[in-house]
Amino acid sequence: MAVQQQAAVREDARAFSPRILVLSTNNISDPGIDLAGSAHMHYPPTVTTIALPCTSAIMPEWIVHALEQGFDGVFIASDGEECAYLRDCAERSAQMFETAQKELKERGISPARLQMAAICSVCAEPFTRYMHEFSQTLTELGPVRKE
Amino acid sequence: MNRRKIGVYVCHCGGNISDYVDVEKVVDAVKGEEDVVVARTAMFTCSDATQQEIYDDIRELGLDGLVVASCSPKLHTFTFRGVAKRAGLNPFQYTQVNVREQCSWAHTDDRQGATEKAVRLVRAGIARTRLLRPLEPTVVETVPKTLVIGAGIAGLRAAIGLADIGLSVVVVEREAEVGGWVKDFGPMYPRDKEGHELVRQLEAKVRQRENIALFTSAEVVRKAGSFGDYVVDIKTHGKSAMTMQIHVGSIIVATGFDTYRPEEGEYGYGIDGVVTLPEYKKMLDAAEGPLAYHGRPVKDVAYIYCVGSRQGDAGPHQYCSRFCCSAAVHSALELYSRDPSARQFHLYRDMRTYGRYELMYRESREKGSTYLKFAEDEPPAVQKGADGRLVVTIRDQLTGQKEVRIPADLVVLVTGMVPRENDGLVGALKLPVGRDGFFNEIHPKLRPVETVVDGVTICGACQFPKNASESVASGLAAVTQSAAMLKQGRAELDPQVASVDPGLCTDCGVCYETCPYDAIRPKEEPEGRRVAVIDPATCKGCGGCAPVCPERAINLEGYTQAEIKAMIEGLAREVV
Repeated sequence: MAVQQQAAVREDARAFSPRILVLSTNNISDPGIDLAGSAHMHYPPTVTTIALPCTSAIMPEWIVHALEQGFDGVFIASDGEECAYLRDCAERSAQMFETAQKELKERGISPARLQMAAICSVCAEPFTRYMHEFSQTLTELGPVRKE
Repeated sequence: MNRRKIGVYVCHCGGNISDYVDVEKVVDAVKGEEDVVVARTAMFTCSDATQQEIYDDIRELGLDGLVVASCSPKLHTFTFRGVAKRAGLNPFQYTQVNVREQCSWAHTDDRQGATEKAVRLVRAGIARTRLLRPLEPTVVETVPKTLVIGAGIAGLRAAIGLADIGLSVVVVEREAEVGGWVKDFGPMYPRDKEGHELVRQLEAKVRQRENIALFTSAEVVRKAGSFGDYVVDIKTHGKSAMTMQIHVGSIIVATGFDTYRPEEGEYGYGIDGVVTLPEYKKMLDAAEGPLAYHGRPVKDVAYIYCVGSRQGDAGPHQYCSRFCCSAAVHSALELYSRDPSARQFHLYRDMRTYGRYELMYRESREKGSTYLKFAEDEPPAVQKGADGRLVVTIRDQLTGQKEVRIPADLVVLVTGMVPRENDGLVGALKLPVGRDGFFNEIHPKLRPVETVVDGVTICGACQFPKNASESVASGLAAVTQSAAMLKQGRAELDPQVASVDPGLCTDCGVCYETCPYDAIRPKEEPEGRRVAVIDPATCKGCGGCAPVCPERAINLEGYTQAEIKAMIEGLAREVV
């Protein structure tokens, strides 16, 4: 029985393809993600993106909501230093990131399910790499529903 | 909640989408979604025929929501907003869903995965559209006057263009003279027009026009107000130093470029006889008859390309500077015209004499120029030989990696353009600067001279390296854009801005400090309460204030808290 269970768990892990929500920005990171597609660079189709005008508009509760709705991870494709709107965009985003991680911890969700990196408008290759790496990390963490 | 009537259109994109996504299956999966009254596929959604079909559906079915699942929103958002508007649907009750760049093309290896993802994306688009409110653009009155910053060839030409359309123009130039780099140039490609002559003609035209005011030795120090009526402080230096304030409807930035200065020792820079491309151009333009250097005739010239450009991950200048291949080849032709027996060697990584400049490249080879290709990791070396002449050593990639030693009287480092130091101006105008240090347009193809700051356009080589004719072309694009904004006397601003729910606002004051554009101010309500209000004409629509509000009283139109949460739910729901 125990052996069967272990086998079932292994089978489950193989079939598990983590769901990732990407929060991008209309003028900077979303064009980078577009470029990855235009170049036919592959990343898992379980990655889906919502674009906003600016990383600083993201509310921590959206991240919590996504993980509660069944996303296994949230990736913030941030403006970094290139934000056209706010000079302190990177600082604001970093603060929001910390708040969100704290809120995840309070809910018993691993803060590793939230990642952030600056993605520029030509960062196609880095984006696909992040998606593969994050996917790997989340596969090791297992489905969010089991936490 | 009232029922909505939403139409959903999923595009084949002639196979670009449907080769990798089962678009019929997507339509089947979403046609039962709440409030969807019509869902179909189309071979090309952007075609006139399908636009007409959408138009008819909006009219006949009384649609109050539109979802188009096709390419990136960067391409056709304005197309479909236009369809909606023509058919009487508010253009902001439409959602563009990206199932090409962010779905079919990214998952060409997984049809099932891509199809499921497309279903989720379209569902999220529907969920958002159900909550969208009709928005009306903020209309602002515009001052029929434009400020042009920089009086190089692009700025001068732009000023003349604006004036001839009937707008007033103020031109501000930091230097004492107009004309920028071009005023010092002799013959320029492609037609060998003399640079200083072009500038002389442009300056004369500027001075003839009564509706152009030109200020040299002057700088922009501050900008206030909002699109349509910017209040700009200009400071002039020198004898008539003063500060003045002007009102303008729009601003064109044409501040140009700087040239790359090689490091001491970079390709032998610092050794006598090793010069940069602009230094060489100056020598050529000044020479009468064959070229001489320190009184000695110049017979052998070696050009080293890509100096300060395409620097790889380590350098600050990773971009190709575009103009330099053609400029160097043109200089080589200029030398041949003075001395057909000159021996010229071009040491390059990749030649990019694009478009018709290819003809100059061919002509240079016909006249005897030799082209040798070096590898990025094995650049040529420049040394002073025993006889006092220069020697360039290169491992030629095209002749079996042979090491070739080229004696030269002059070595020309083909240096590129670099962004100008403009911190004061960038701060005053809040101009978006890209990773490469040049100013950023909203979109290189679709909105090539506009910036995220309404009414502020960019042109010329402050945007990216351009030659003179490209600079002038972009200057004229900025003219058209500026005039289109100002000639109507009124302009429509994107209504997707932030707003405060006065019922939730407690006047805590946190948001007043957070907006760098000063769009948020306190306002007295009739019942003696004070709440925050956001000026829609000043708000840039970034949404940065929304998460700052502890009461969550601020929402960004088109990206409200309810809309984003609904999208997340639409994406998360299982695909059966």
